Amino acid sequence: MELTAWTYSPAPESRQVVSLRPSYGLFVDGEFVAPRGGGFFPTVNPATEETLAEVALAGPEDVDRAVGAARRAYEGRWGRMRGTERAKYVYRLARLIQERARELAVLETLDNGKPIREARDIDVPLAAAHFFYYAGWADKLEYAGLGPSPRPLGVAGQVVPWNFPLLMAAWKLAPALAAGNTCVLKPAETTPLSALVLAEICQQAELPPGVVNVVTGPGSTGAAVVSHPGVDKVAFTGSTEVGKGIQRALAGTGKRLTLELGGKAANIVFDDAPLDQAVEGIVDGIFFNQGHVCCAGSRLLVQEAVAEAVLDRLKQRVETLRLGDPLDKNTDIGAINSAAQLAKIEELAASGEAEGAERWSPPCAVPERGYWFPPTIFTGVSQSHRIAREEIFGPVLSVLTFRTPAEAVAKANNTPYGLSAGVWTEKGSRAQWVARHLRAGVVWANTFNRFDPASPFGGYQESGFGREGGRHGLEAYLEAGDA
Amino acid sequence: MRWVVQGLRGEMGSGASPASVATHAVAPAATDRRGPVLVGGGSEESLRRFLHGLPGVDQVGAEARAARLAARSIKREAKLAALDLAVRCVDLTTLEGADTPGKVRALCAKARRPDPSDPAVSPVAAVCIYPDLVGLARQQVGSSGVAVASVATAFPSGRASLRVKLADVEEAVAAGADEVDMVIDRAAFLAGRYGKVRDEVVAVREACRGRVLKVILETGELSTYDNVRRASWLAMLAGADFVKTSTGKVAPAATLPVALVMLQAARDFASATGHQVGVKVAGGVRTAKDAIRYLVVVNEVAGPAWLSPGAFRIGASSLLNDLLMQRATQLGGAYAGPDDFTLD
Repeated sequence: MELTAWTYSPAPESRQVVSLRPSYGLFVDGEFVAPRGGGFFPTVNPATEETLAEVALAGPEDVDRAVGAARRAYEGRWGRMRGTERAKYVYRLARLIQERARELAVLETLDNGKPIREARDIDVPLAAAHFFYYAGWADKLEYAGLGPSPRPLGVAGQVVPWNFPLLMAAWKLAPALAAGNTCVLKPAETTPLSALVLAEICQQAELPPGVVNVVTGPGSTGAAVVSHPGVDKVAFTGSTEVGKGIQRALAGTGKRLTLELGGKAANIVFDDAPLDQAVEGIVDGIFFNQGHVCCAGSRLLVQEAVAEAVLDRLKQRVETLRLGDPLDKNTDIGAINSAAQLAKIEELAASGEAEGAERWSPPCAVPERGYWFPPTIFTGVSQSHRIAREEIFGPVLSVLTFRTPAEAVAKANNTPYGLSAGVWTEKGSRAQWVARHLRAGVVWANTFNRFDPASPFGGYQESGFGREGGRHGLEAYLEAGDA
Repeated sequence: MRWVVQGLRGEMGSGASPASVATHAVAPAATDRRGPVLVGGGSEESLRRFLHGLPGVDQVGAEARAARLAARSIKREAKLAALDLAVRCVDLTTLEGADTPGKVRALCAKARRPDPSDPAVSPVAAVCIYPDLVGLARQQVGSSGVAVASVATAFPSGRASLRVKLADVEEAVAAGADEVDMVIDRAAFLAGRYGKVRDEVVAVREACRGRVLKVILETGELSTYDNVRRASWLAMLAGADFVKTSTGKVAPAATLPVALVMLQAARDFASATGHQVGVKVAGGVRTAKDAIRYLVVVNEVAGPAWLSPGAFRIGASSLLNDLLMQRATQLGGAYAGPDDFTLD
């Protein structure tokens, strides 16, 4: 047999490693409890549209209970605990996440639609790594650069998005706990399950009741958390629109706030770049997690001299991407998280065509059920097009060209956002120069979408403020103290 | 691939006239499937400019891509197809001082019929041996379709004069070799004397008289991926039919990222010139799992057009039995033991 096309057989990860309960309550004061007001809502698998489980809808009364439990825990055992002891709990969480890694990865894929390869190799190991990293800080806070005796803030209200449900929860919880705060975590409406399993893990780790509370629900639940007077600190990751609303609501309340919002990152490819790796970086930058990444490299800025070569290679590479069953270990592109998000992506992509950009997608069969969008590249995009300015949060790349380093930087910075950027060149001095002149919280050189718990992450302008990760990430959960 | 074509034109324009290219063209054998020698003449400097104008390879990125491809999960029918293909791509190799006629006979028997208990298993692509054993191997493989490949050019170090290297090649060809695996002069390459490397490849190609020419880069001695890419291009421009990773005598031999870089070069060369050059990995490929990983890289980097013995080879010895064992497992559902397959 001549092997002209070699088709990979399905290689699905087992669904059996996850045992879902039909219904989940709220995690308050160390226990799962029924909601007082709102009842329950379903959470679905975006790849199949089947309902996975029912989740409690927390109303203001439930949020109040959760904040009350967190306050009691803060004023009780957790607040008085020495750093060395707190560290043990945080390490324990990290180890339990590792032990239950396979289950968490499958769960994340079911609830979010992301490929199992990414959940398995990125989301879950990085979540554990964040707990490990911050556990190490718990008894060393006097070295965080915030004076000899920094103090925790109290109760942290933390609202996380649906793109990396477990990982974003880890980014929020790990530094807050290590610094001695207690938490009320509100996972996204469409992806509550991994946070609820994380609550189970808190029980398993025998974390004192009330230290971590999880309240599920829609945006109104999140609003109740951030506006609760018993919350001392608000941390939000999500859309710029909601972030602005939170900032307005919190003005004058004295609550501390960090926001990690949208982005429209530029990936800048110079003519001396390592082209094959740049193409990989472009693909990773925009198609990782279906483009549901706040720091996604959704604008490709390529030097005109190599634009054709880069685009040829890029299209060739995109044709090899495998879209389909997120549980298949060979899947590169999974499902769009929700019908609402799919509609947004479709609307913005349509505007790209209407404004005159050229749209390209590889020939790619899309499953009949579920929410899907093929990898898409727009060429002939100019700065004034909506697809070059608005965050798409989907697998859609806009390609623009530039002629000189100064023009590249000017175009990259010409956005209301400023979260991340990438620069591709073999010339170290140019990479340094570009990084210095970009207004972005994170600049990657010859790589993209690389994350490490020791490295601070956060934005400029409408991408938010405050940093998560590294020593800088502790600052969001500590008050400088002298005595 | 505009940069490639421009680069080539620049090369031709700065010294290599079409006439000087033609002087290196050899009379093609009836079975010659090869393309033209693209840089026959040209100064050392122009060749250097071209090779150093190729886009660089970022080590971290190349290795990350290889690692990700290595994590592909190949199951069931896809695995069986891969195992069958891998068998057909094997250059069954023995390159020892201790190779006796008996050893070569056994090797050829294994190559013709890898699994005596299952006639459905295809023969391997070739046997690969030292030149003095070519005559015997030729006679042993007979009309089975298995090619006889001979290493030559003072293998493995290549430390001999061009005259000696060419004599080595001529003897192998005269004794009936279908394929010649030559080594490049790594010392010349590392010293930046690319013209010398090219001239040797061109001369050996001529001495091959239409036989398939595989050019061994010995990537373990070239050290950097940039060098691997440049050496691949150099060999392809000088008329190689295959570029090959290693002799198997230097560690590290074949690695997945090195194969990735060579396959990218072959893909780029094909889209620039329309001529397909094959890739051979050799040394260190011992398990079926390794072989399948290479096939995944071939499939996703160069493309399905490279998934055949005409464009991809694996130089190996112990690999073959593992492929057979895994194949039997796929078909029979139970693991076979090592003693169920012949040791040769």
